[in-house]
Amino acid sequence: MKKSSKKPDPGPLAGKLKFSFFPGCSLKASGHENTLSLLKFCKSVDIELVELEDWNCCGSSSAHSIDKRSAKYLPMRNLSLAPKGVPLLIACPSCLLRLKSSFLHIKADPALRQDYEAFFGKPFDDELEIIHFFEIFNRVDLKVQDLAGRLKGIRVAPYYGCMLFMPPDLRYEKSHTGIIEKSLKPLGADIVSYGYANRCCGTYLSVAKPDIARKVVNEIIFKAMEAGAECLVTACSMCHLNLEIRCTLDNPIPVLHFSELLSMALGAEDHKKWFPRHIVDPVPLLKKRGLLT
Amino acid sequence: MILLDDGHLDFAGEMGEKTGIDFNRCLQCKTCANGCPFIDGMDQAPNQIIRMIQLGMAVEVLKTSTIWVCVGCNTCSSACPMAIDIPALMDGLRHAALEKGVEIPEPDILNFHQEVLNTVKKYGRTHKLEIMMRYKLKKMDLFSDMGVGLKMLKKRKLDLTPSRVKDKKAIEKIFQET
Repeated sequence: MKKSSKKPDPGPLAGKLKFSFFPGCSLKASGHENTLSLLKFCKSVDIELVELEDWNCCGSSSAHSIDKRSAKYLPMRNLSLAPKGVPLLIACPSCLLRLKSSFLHIKADPALRQDYEAFFGKPFDDELEIIHFFEIFNRVDLKVQDLAGRLKGIRVAPYYGCMLFMPPDLRYEKSHTGIIEKSLKPLGADIVSYGYANRCCGTYLSVAKPDIARKVVNEIIFKAMEAGAECLVTACSMCHLNLEIRCTLDNPIPVLHFSELLSMALGAEDHKKWFPRHIVDPVPLLKKRGLLT
Repeated sequence: MILLDDGHLDFAGEMGEKTGIDFNRCLQCKTCANGCPFIDGMDQAPNQIIRMIQLGMAVEVLKTSTIWVCVGCNTCSSACPMAIDIPALMDGLRHAALEKGVEIPEPDILNFHQEVLNTVKKYGRTHKLEIMMRYKLKKMDLFSDMGVGLKMLKKRKLDLTPSRVKDKKAIEKIFQET
């Protein structure tokens, strides 16, 4: 069992926070609106994000499924590119899992560390901090008192997918359970409990086994609608895509990226490029709830 | 009498070495099977896979659809009272199935993984449009699921050109045959 790399919670820090940012393939391409709204959110709360120079795919589900070599070195290369002393922020739960596992394994295994250092020709940075986007909420003061009521009346079903589930090796890492609820509730949102917030979206089965993915996706959205939700809020760009493209229910509710709803609550105005990329148009709902005019 | 597969009496030992899992830990409590969102698509439940490994049924295990249908969402391993890393086991079994050249019961899933890695090898990042096109070509099935593809194109969810890593050599080195 690996030791946890969890450090004591530093609490909100003064001054500008700076992170290097690993977007990953989903946020970069199909979930571009997720990236745009995330950058917007960080700007609004005075956080500086610098994209990790020349980052590569983490290997996704495919590398570790069928190719041990690339599954090992793809995440490692990203670690080797991370600048020293700046925490690496990742918004995709899957990429985070790949990079963090790789980091912890190297840290615990001298042979693997040697392998890393020989392959990339540089020493391994033991101190690199790898965090999920959600960790921001433990470090920044959103000043919700000024924003209270911005999301008044909107009935939200939080959707985490598999992101809260960790393999045994990472069991003692920080859990982000409840961050969506904790952030949106003080802004006035009505959080709906529906029992499917942690149901996996099906990931690549959406391509290779669409019938299986369709069933899970419909189940998730149906349960949220049945519980009275007006929208789902997702933590992961790929979940967002699957929930949108595989839903075959009549009049499904829109699915928003967490970063989109947060940015809207903070008064973002440059959202023109976000919502046209949604398959289920969230604009009527946002208008109804006074977030858009 | 239980018939064990010839020559694979220590399949548990072999897989244990590869994955770091001690199969004696499994209590057959079925927590993994009860929570799995994709159990309907599997021919054996995850706990049954472990039981089969204990019994040395190597070929039978490597031919299951289960090892391909599992997406590694960790619902099972988070709930497992014995902290067995079931997704890591599935990875190990997939590798073993490919190494031993057994028949793969889920060719579409393997095809998809191969096409994903093809684009990562070429560009350093995935390129969804190319993955989809090549996947469909290999499957000789261009037209099913067209609606979803068109919807994604219309909503600009499929970029026409790939996003690329600049340091091509670094990616080549990662994919070098050893």
